[in-house]
Amino acid sequence: MGRHIISLLMENEAGALSRVAGLFSARGYNIESLTVAPTEDATLSRMTIVTYGSEEIVEQITKQLNKLIDVVKVMDLSDGRHIEREMMLAKVRAVGAGREEMKRIADIFRGRIIDVTDATYTVELTGTGAKLDAFLEAIDPALILETVRTGASGIGRGERCLKV
Amino acid sequence: MPHRRLSLTAAGQSDYPHGFTNELIHCQFMEMTGAEIVVRCLAEEGVEFVFGYPGGAVLNIYDAIFKQNAFKHVLVRHEQAAVHAADAYARATGRVGVALVTSGPGATNAVTGIATAYMDSIPVVVITGQVPVPAIGMDAFQEVDTVGITRPCVKHNFLVKDVNELALTLKKAFHIASTGRPGPVVVDIPKDVTAHVAEFAYPESISLRSYKPVLHGHAGQLKRAAQMLLEAKRPMIYSGGGVVLGDAAPELAELARLLGYPVTNTLMGLGGYPATDRQFLGMLGMHGTYEANMAMQHCDVLLAVGARFDDRVIGNPAHFAREARRIIHIDVDPSSISKRVRVDLPIVGDVRHVLQDLLALVRQSHEKPDAAALNAWWTQIELWRAKHCLKYNLNGSIIKPQFVVEKLWDVTAGDAFVTSDVGQHQMWAAQYYKFDKPRRWINSGGLGTMGVGLPYAMGVQLAYPDAQVACVTGESSIQMNIQELSTCKQYRIPVKVVMLNNRYMGMVRQWQEFFYGSRYAESYMESLPDFVRLAESYGHVGMRIDRPEDVEGALREAFSPALKERLVFMDFQTDPSENVFPMVEGGKGLSEMILAEEL
Repeated sequence: MGRHIISLLMENEAGALSRVAGLFSARGYNIESLTVAPTEDATLSRMTIVTYGSEEIVEQITKQLNKLIDVVKVMDLSDGRHIEREMMLAKVRAVGAGREEMKRIADIFRGRIIDVTDATYTVELTGTGAKLDAFLEAIDPALILETVRTGASGIGRGERCLKV
Repeated sequence: MPHRRLSLTAAGQSDYPHGFTNELIHCQFMEMTGAEIVVRCLAEEGVEFVFGYPGGAVLNIYDAIFKQNAFKHVLVRHEQAAVHAADAYARATGRVGVALVTSGPGATNAVTGIATAYMDSIPVVVITGQVPVPAIGMDAFQEVDTVGITRPCVKHNFLVKDVNELALTLKKAFHIASTGRPGPVVVDIPKDVTAHVAEFAYPESISLRSYKPVLHGHAGQLKRAAQMLLEAKRPMIYSGGGVVLGDAAPELAELARLLGYPVTNTLMGLGGYPATDRQFLGMLGMHGTYEANMAMQHCDVLLAVGARFDDRVIGNPAHFAREARRIIHIDVDPSSISKRVRVDLPIVGDVRHVLQDLLALVRQSHEKPDAAALNAWWTQIELWRAKHCLKYNLNGSIIKPQFVVEKLWDVTAGDAFVTSDVGQHQMWAAQYYKFDKPRRWINSGGLGTMGVGLPYAMGVQLAYPDAQVACVTGESSIQMNIQELSTCKQYRIPVKVVMLNNRYMGMVRQWQEFFYGSRYAESYMESLPDFVRLAESYGHVGMRIDRPEDVEGALREAFSPALKERLVFMDFQTDPSENVFPMVEGGKGLSEMILAEEL
């Protein structure tokens, strides 16, 4: 049961997202995260899906995705060298002595504090999912007020491109 | 992105008269209402029949239909039947079937038909009315999210919100439905879009960057496949609905005969290889023949063509002895390959093209099949065939359902189109009517939809008015769309209904007998109508046949010239205890069959 990160380009049509989401639920495939946004070409959206499954299942997933009429191209990024990033906004309690400590930890993780009040920081953090997890583990859970994550985006290294 | 460049320009305001008449069909640019565009597009596609049922959201389209005569509209009595009839028209002719229904309940009634076509990969375009664009999402009268409801059971669907997109969308719909692995496409058109005006232009052809079905197989794979086939000691050819849909039956037969290899067909593939040919081992699967299932299980090289190793065909993949043989799999849909059974040599492509290329390679090869090994293999197969697994007990005064199908084959000289519903009668029709030609056997294989038989027969008979069309059905299935006897009356559709009336939902009863201690929960059909008088009330001919000796005579009369123009409804009172054999229980392997003689 390997983790796979699949990127795809699809026509930027109404309902395109629901076709992908519906495919995963109808066929019982796992989705860990799914992100989607238009590309520099406004007629195309790019989607990144993180999924788990045996090699057979993941092969079926890519085939079924390719079969969707709106899908232009599919690439299993895990088949080659790639980079993935996820962004998290974490709103944390920052008071007293802990306020300085929170800033230090954010710095260590190369996070940026993007909103400040007397009692809170909102930290913007980018990295792999594991790095974001590590940040959350490094701070006292009682101090976490709220978090939001984008899910992973991925891209092939070097000349490996997903292009029409 | 060529398809975007084809987008039509927005229509300006003008007082151009947009009444639609047929003289306008070949004018290049002109303003039309959305409804006129729909009708015109169907005409451009060469549509012969539109099966439909009017309602509020499609009234503009019906008004445009009233003013044209390029195609004939067939008014069904329930939207489900509209889609089934269009589906059968497509199965029998190879052309795209078209259905037209209104929004809300019209669309939901059509869903069973759409899902049926989807499971069997049938090219159908279903046009559904929708509430006007501003009303969408307002829970308007007869509003339903048709695109959402049908999404999992269509090849693709569209909601057309702009009349300027309408013609292009319909072009895409026909293109997508009929190419690659075919399937149903739904085009949902809001009522206001059918009233709006646009300049009409219909592209001759279309290319979608996101959809490019593969035609030819990979050359290297083809070479390896030819090699593997010629090395086989115990070869087997297993072909499915893809050969029928892909019009590849002649190529399949040529390859099989050239090699001298045995052939089996799936339920959907019947007619893909001539059933009366010696190399044909019959249907395989849950109710397949002993010889076909045993040969599948014991072959060393399996050539699968346009088939998908589904559960009713190969049983439990864990019992399929995967490692014991090498499998070549030809299919136009890559997702059908290595889905349930891992294959050794996949070839993605149109089955006809791939088989043509394969034939050429086999012909060119210096190698020939191993004659001694093939002889030994045929000897083994003949031993399996000698079990005569389809024989049944003819004694007694009660009509055996198998006997009716055998007589139907005799009376129609094996040359009828046979539609069926779903259940025991379907399996008997598949087992005992020996289909020698493709597109003659019309049934719901994938979804298993009871009620398809009569609307299927309508679609086939309209496509081929002079053909013999028999609907083999049961007293339970027929009642699921029996209202279509009225449609048959209106359009004088002279199908012959062969009802095997055993007073039970026979297949349910069979499973209850085998697996539920003969507790026949709700499978007995009480309060049946007098089918003879029912048929007569619609102006048809009704017959009731109680004795075996009357079976052939009734069929001969029904198919006689005297009744050629009439629908004949034959109520055969058959043995209620008869079961379908052989049978592979769900979850078992193909060679673990229950045979009639073993009970």
